[in-house]
Amino acid sequence: MSNKSYSILIVGVGGQGVLLASEIISEAAMRFGYDVKKSEVHGMSQRGGIVSSHIKIADKVYAPTIRHGQADILISFEKAEGLRALDWMKKDGVAIVSQTELVPAIVTSTKGLEYPKNPVEKMRERADKVISADADKIAAELGNPRLVNTILLGILSNYMPFPTDLWIDVIRCRVKERFVEINIQAFNRGRDVKLSAVEA
Amino acid sequence: MKELLSGNEAVARGVFEAGVKLASAYPGTPSTEIMETIGAKFPSIYAQWSPNEKVAYEVGVGASIGGGRALVTMKHVGLNVAADPYMTHAYTGVNAGFLIVSADDPEMHSSQNEQDNRYFAKFANVPMLEPSDSQESKDMIVTGYELSEMFDTPVLYRMTTRISHSKGIVELDDATETVNKEYVKDASKYVMIPSNARGRHVVIEERIDKLRKFSENTLMNFIEENGSKVGIITSGVSYQYAKDVAPDFDYLKLGFTNPIPLKKIEAFVNSHDVVLVVEELEPYLEDQIKAAGIKVEGKKYFGNLGELSPYRVAEGFHKAGVIDALKVAEIGVEKNMFPRPPVLCAGCPHRGAFMALKKAGVAVAGDIGCYTLGALEPLNAMDTCVCMGASIGNAIGMEKVQASDKGTVAVIGDSTFFHSGITGLIDAVYNKSNVTVMILDNSITAMTGGQEHPSTGKTLMGKEAGKVDIATLVKALGVKRLINVDAYDYEQVLSTIKEEVATPEPSVILTSRPCVLMPARIMDEPFVIDSELCTACSACFKISCPAISASEETNKHGRPKAIIDQSICTGCTLCAQVCPPEAIMLKSQFVEV
Ligand SMILES: Cc1ncc(C[n+]2csc(CCOP(=O)(O)OP(=O)(O)O)c2C)c(N)n1
Ligand code: SF4
Ligand code: SF4
Repeated sequence: MSNKSYSILIVGVGGQGVLLASEIISEAAMRFGYDVKKSEVHGMSQRGGIVSSHIKIADKVYAPTIRHGQADILISFEKAEGLRALDWMKKDGVAIVSQTELVPAIVTSTKGLEYPKNPVEKMRERADKVISADADKIAAELGNPRLVNTILLGILSNYMPFPTDLWIDVIRCRVKERFVEINIQAFNRGRDVKLSAVEA
Repeated sequence: MKELLSGNEAVARGVFEAGVKLASAYPGTPSTEIMETIGAKFPSIYAQWSPNEKVAYEVGVGASIGGGRALVTMKHVGLNVAADPYMTHAYTGVNAGFLIVSADDPEMHSSQNEQDNRYFAKFANVPMLEPSDSQESKDMIVTGYELSEMFDTPVLYRMTTRISHSKGIVELDDATETVNKEYVKDASKYVMIPSNARGRHVVIEERIDKLRKFSENTLMNFIEENGSKVGIITSGVSYQYAKDVAPDFDYLKLGFTNPIPLKKIEAFVNSHDVVLVVEELEPYLEDQIKAAGIKVEGKKYFGNLGELSPYRVAEGFHKAGVIDALKVAEIGVEKNMFPRPPVLCAGCPHRGAFMALKKAGVAVAGDIGCYTLGALEPLNAMDTCVCMGASIGNAIGMEKVQASDKGTVAVIGDSTFFHSGITGLIDAVYNKSNVTVMILDNSITAMTGGQEHPSTGKTLMGKEAGKVDIATLVKALGVKRLINVDAYDYEQVLSTIKEEVATPEPSVILTSRPCVLMPARIMDEPFVIDSELCTACSACFKISCPAISASEETNKHGRPKAIIDQSICTGCTLCAQVCPPEAIMLKSQFVEV
């Protein structure tokens, strides 16, 4: 175990699986021997609002939430939400963004509201390391749209000290028996998404 | 054994370890998962949902007097509802241990106010515990029950959203086997008529003196010495934020916060150059410390609005001059981002009611539940929302002063009607009000995540339950005009509203379509939009269904046509009913040319 610490912020839209992803990361951190706290707010967010989960991993963790501007890693299940939450991240932090686009009804029905053009490009202008993956497409190739979650965890695993076996063990405990194999495949597809490959 | 538990799950575990016999509550964010965890994981505890917090509290008091340890849980505003039994319960004291969990919601993530319930402990003169993480949330429950029995008092257990909904590693202990205390009839203690209550007030005063001494010595109020000249007095999650920012300051961390240990505080302040009080919301600790003539500062630097955070605490430390540099975010906030407010689900039965209310143009006295989302744009069909059950009383008052010439409608959910709407309706009948009350019966307590209630037929523990029939109840109260409508039939709902507001007597419109999300997902055949027929009039955009969005296709003026997301449309039919060119149809009826 290293004495590094990790502050991870996960954002997305209600119903996308943000909370499951943060459960898996926290569980893996605990099994690896770290102290861990995570925090999210339930409630109104479940009706299609923004969902965010803070995860803090270190030898000893105090606050369950990340200090603004100090996230080492930002994982976004939706690209505009990644842009919205970018200020929570350190400039040299890693942002992992799914290319998923969810335009809320209010944008459609209200004049003057707009969904940003190229949110991922806008993120790249301001942060050093932005990895964007077409997680929806990979999930569709694997035959199940719900795998986006595990694909993003696979990408994250490249930046965390936990061995692959540990990740897979935790995923095994969290998904139904018959989905285990496909989730492992999804995790490995995520692992193959590297910063350089996407930047090039 | 170690487990990753939320504060709420940890409380449930603590309740199990403390050998509690009965738990009762009414749901409310952020407290709800305590009872859900007890119901799902600890079947040895009898657990129940009550129709409101007052009844839940009274059930708990009965159990405690009867000899079994009892728990009641509620969100902060729930204690307003339960305040009547609570204030006098301080007089009677307990037989077996009794804890009230009050889960406060600084920042109002899901609440109508951010009242600081620590004042309720002082108000009633009962001891208060404030855990600061999941481990303490479990451990202090066990201590709380011992305290309650040792001092013969209810104990207020104050959580906040960040404690309730954050997870941390918890070391578990074994459960203690508690034997019920003997039930002894004792009118001087439990029958609060004036002659007995006067005697009990004396007991309260004696008790609070003993508790004051206890507060000075308990390990729940501890000092962390790091040799710093700066001392921090703090409690709850604020302790964690402060430690995050400045782990090397000295700390007086308070877990037992009524009464506060003034002697310990004074000694701590005297041995430091600067002492700051870091607490969320009101200056509860600060004012008491200052009133005792002890020199501290706090709110001046940290403010009393909303939640604290590591950043806000750092900012406060910086303003107070105890840290030099303030690390700010290097990446700026993205401006002009669109909002993403919560919306009624695709297919939500409440949508039909608000479409009709908007069209009818009546004044709408609202209430609290998923349907409060009907207040937001573009539906924008609610005029008031004060507290649970307020809609009917509000409507009666508005109608008496003739606020609207189009009529006044109260809108209330089924769970909220049971909670505190029934008495409002009795008022309407008794005082011959002309109000129209719409009860939106979706057969669940949806807002808080889908809890059972008195007409769902099931208990918290998953057993078959007695059933209170809303229609029968309404008629029994003396309402003569009770009209059942289909929430998915826009024209029917609209014409019924118009008719009932024009009728000079109280009427109830009862809608009956279940929530499409809970307890089970309901999906019928989805609808599609024929883009050949769609004129881009935007009528369907205005009903705010998340399944409907702008298509890439536009009309000749460049306005977007609409498209329906087949994966979330439940086939409720509402959009099809308001589409002027009838471009929206069942998928199976759509023939592509
Ligand atoms: C005194 C009080 N207790 C609890 C709550 C939390 N709460 C808000 S709405 C609600 C229930 C709403 O259920 P219902 O009226 O059936 O409407 P639905 O959400 O199902 O549409 C609850 C428990 C509150 N705001 N105030
Ligand atoms: S959860 Fe149920 S009641 Fe709440 S918005 Fe969704 S469908 Fe409507
Ligand atoms: S039928 Fe129309 S209003 Fe109903 S869920 Fe489908 S798209 Fe939404």
